[in-house]
Amino acid sequence: WPYCRKRCSYCNFNTYVVPAVDEAAVRACLVREAQTLLRLGRVHSVTSVFFGGGTPSLASPGTVAAVLEAVAGAASLAAGAEVTLEANPSSTSTSRLAGFRAAGVNRLSIGVQSLDDAELRMLGREHTAAEAQKAVEAARELFPGRTSIDLLFGLPGQSRDAWAQRLEAALRLCDDHISVYQLTLERGTALAAQVRGGALPAPSPDLLADMYHTAHSVLVAAGFRHYEVSNFARKGALSSHNLSYWRGDQYIGVGPGAHGRFVLRSEGGCRREARVQTLEPIAWMREVQSQGHGTRTRAVLSPLEQLEELLALGLRTDEGITHECWGHFSPQLSLQAVFGEPGEARALQEEGWLVLDSSGLRCTWAGLAVLDSLLPDLLLQLQR
Amino acid sequence: MALAGRAALLWRARLPSPCPAAAPLCCPAWLPVACGRPYSSRGKGKLDMSAYPVESIRNFSIIAHVDHGKSTLADRLLEITGTISKTDRNEQVLDKLQVERERGITVKAQSASLFYNHEGINYLLNLIDTPGHVDFSYEVLRSLSACQGVILVVDANEGIQAQTVANFYLAFEAQLSIIPVINKIDLKNANPERVEKQIEKLFDIPTDECIRISAKQGTNVEKVLQKVIEKIPPPQCNTVDPLKALVFDSTFDHYRGVIANIALFGGEIAKGQKIVFAHSKKRYEVNEVGILTPNEQPTHKLCAGQVGYLIAGMKEVTEAQIGDTLFLYKQPVEPLPGFKSAKPMVYAGMYPVDQTEYNNLKSALERLTLNDSSVTIHCDSSLALGAGWRLGFLGLLHMEVFNQRLEQEYNMSVVLTAPTVPYKAVLSSAKLKKEYGKNQITIINPAQFPDKLSVSEYLEPTVLGTIVTPHEYIGKIITLCQDRRAVQKDMMYIDENRVMLKYLFPLNEIVVDFYDTLKSLSSGYASFDYEDAGYQSADLIKMDILLNGNPVEELATIIHNDKAYAAGKLLCERLKETIPRQLFEIAIQAAIGKKIIARETLKAYRKNVVAKCYGGDITRRMKLLKRQAEGKRLMRKIGNIEVPRDAFIRVLKRESDK
Repeated sequence: WPYCRKRCSYCNFNTYVVPAVDEAAVRACLVREAQTLLRLGRVHSVTSVFFGGGTPSLASPGTVAAVLEAVAGAASLAAGAEVTLEANPSSTSTSRLAGFRAAGVNRLSIGVQSLDDAELRMLGREHTAAEAQKAVEAARELFPGRTSIDLLFGLPGQSRDAWAQRLEAALRLCDDHISVYQLTLERGTALAAQVRGGALPAPSPDLLADMYHTAHSVLVAAGFRHYEVSNFARKGALSSHNLSYWRGDQYIGVGPGAHGRFVLRSEGGCRREARVQTLEPIAWMREVQSQGHGTRTRAVLSPLEQLEELLALGLRTDEGITHECWGHFSPQLSLQAVFGEPGEARALQEEGWLVLDSSGLRCTWAGLAVLDSLLPDLLLQLQR
Repeated sequence: MALAGRAALLWRARLPSPCPAAAPLCCPAWLPVACGRPYSSRGKGKLDMSAYPVESIRNFSIIAHVDHGKSTLADRLLEITGTISKTDRNEQVLDKLQVERERGITVKAQSASLFYNHEGINYLLNLIDTPGHVDFSYEVLRSLSACQGVILVVDANEGIQAQTVANFYLAFEAQLSIIPVINKIDLKNANPERVEKQIEKLFDIPTDECIRISAKQGTNVEKVLQKVIEKIPPPQCNTVDPLKALVFDSTFDHYRGVIANIALFGGEIAKGQKIVFAHSKKRYEVNEVGILTPNEQPTHKLCAGQVGYLIAGMKEVTEAQIGDTLFLYKQPVEPLPGFKSAKPMVYAGMYPVDQTEYNNLKSALERLTLNDSSVTIHCDSSLALGAGWRLGFLGLLHMEVFNQRLEQEYNMSVVLTAPTVPYKAVLSSAKLKKEYGKNQITIINPAQFPDKLSVSEYLEPTVLGTIVTPHEYIGKIITLCQDRRAVQKDMMYIDENRVMLKYLFPLNEIVVDFYDTLKSLSSGYASFDYEDAGYQSADLIKMDILLNGNPVEELATIIHNDKAYAAGKLLCERLKETIPRQLFEIAIQAAIGKKIIARETLKAYRKNVVAKCYGGDITRRMKLLKRQAEGKRLMRKIGNIEVPRDAFIRVLKRESDK
């Protein structure tokens, strides 16, 4: 759902703020594209669905239901499949949430971002801390154990203590899943311009590292498993949908600007393809109406490219890349054969950033925090 | 570094005077003046140059500080004599290069022959333009060697400036007649009386000899021409003598080969003659001779005392060596005193911004040096910057201009490293003496710097700098000069509020940002010029830069002991800003031998991982990661530290013009 009521000051996603949305038309196109792409991939079973955005909680429960029905019709929606909806605290009244639950949503990810009104204003959010709190409480009622919240740290001017307070407040409020994101100052956003212009201070790298460490230790102490760079869960409440990205599973992207990675079985293909749908909603709808889908770019991924993606994604998780998962993409050359030999990975292991053992290749906790400095070396070794 | 467009540096090599005035006077036989020819006969066939005997010839230059109006005066002289038609568009007619017009300077001297009737006699006036600026004083000298007099132009508002002084002495030492001209009298703040007094005080020329003009408006310009005829003697030589001609400049034309500018000191030269270069001993047949008006205009011949051009099938500029003497085959003459080839005093590394541009840059350099043989080129390569060259220039402006021409005329963008100067070492070690085959070596590259133990003395090049400034800035300027290790040699008031200072500077102290600093602390009023003053003993050391203890070869510098601490600190700080954080801490140190004199610490990365990476983020993420991986391949590794080429460029690069 690519629409928002208001653009946040830090966001550079493919989102649109329009006075009126022809929801029936968008719904019809989402349904049609989902059907087309599921057929192209000869998908038999869908194990998870994620409604992202934009602000999907602005769509009506009917639209969500229609898409889920289409998925169940074209393939089968596995029993117990995780169906997540991203929601903003400003569009999550209990009745709306109940509607989404009735439509088939069974997990909610709420964009809380902060529990401080001044910070929320700086971020350009529509809600207050109190509203966020109410929204989470309402969600937990309806989706017990399956409500996640997003938090941002490293905001201009935010101190380490302020962040620790936000975390404590979040812990009092949250369910069993928290995503903790370092704010990225994306080019072209209002917030980045203010920082570059000197109107707001840029946080120092050391402070950001400290905040990340704080999040890790506070949440782990509260019983959470730090299962991905920015994701924490307890009582097994990991997001199985997101895990599938990091494990290199297949996924289909439906909607304006959506990305997919899947094998086109219908065309007799056996290679994984990277597909991106047309960005602009009006153009996307025109394409879906005329040809059933709005795929703008398709690229066949070579075996090396698939392994490169697996490496960059798998190492983000605490389990890392298992031998089994690697073997699925590289039946001939094992993890041990690629990274066990003298080279970059070995050096990184000796320096304590990486571990390669009987379960697979993964980062140490220290390595996870600097993963982007490790990856170029590992890619070079893989390319050889 | 920022040599602002209108810098006023002059590089003057001390050369033996090539002026023929030193030769014994030979009185030419009086030749009747040919009458009835128009000044210019373009379009009416070739000119008969024998119509202009020696007595009716005047060879002169205009010399001036930058912006004092040399080119405007030249434009007016060309107009008055009908050499060019009078239009509003005549601006810097003799300055052909884009860089010359933009900077208001003359890089390549041009010549023009003017025809002028004075009191019933047709005169041939050869205006030999000189580079107005300069590192190019060797070009000035070349030009002056073909002259018997100069017009010294001084701005009525600004008065005598540093370069006026330098130019005056060049002409004075060459024993040329000097016609002082005070220009821009039309300006509101013009004060010609004051300037006349300055000229009297400094150059010992009576105030009544100065001509007050406005070249812009044409006021009194005709009077200048009359003075040229009255005051400047004709060249002393004879047509009946054997051919004797001096090559004072040469240019390269892609279609016609080398075009040599020559001044005839005896005899005649015409198409079809066989000629020999005294120095190279090479023989050529003359294809074409002519005069410059200012474009090439072929003539039947050139006669003694005249100035013109020669084309004789030479393919390379080096074949027509500047300062060489020409004579007729089998009629050798005593060669004229030649020129020493100009020695580079400022060196800089030049590298293509992108290594794939190497070959294009190479060919551009080759073509550009065809016209500027004063630039020396040696192949050089740096582990960080790749393959490139070490270029030697006559001075800073020369370097700037060369770089600008490369950009403008060849569309090349390059990395130019901060300039360095050639040091010398007097060897004491028998082993080194044997190795080099001499007792004294010139050091261009810090890698060649011999250890103190095997050297009895290090030497550094010096220059004598002239600064002219309003007196209120004296204090600041003296402090600046002292900071630059300069020694005061002279200080005099040239009028009640202007002072001329002379300082002996180590050359390396002025190559980086001296001129800019001088300009800014004097609100732009001080002018500066310098001339070679030989070498002096200096306490030099080699400073190494270490990253986690490993020396970085391309960052080693030779530096004066007194300056090492500050320079080392600055370099370490700049490196700290440019080297990206890595997984481990990096110590950036400056060292002299084993002694660490400065240190900065670059902390290790503690967090470097993108926060969000979901389905829609992967494509962009992989692109970035692969580019980083590719970049790693090209990084220079010092120990286990990866330093991107950009970091070296930012540290080594000459600071751009402010």
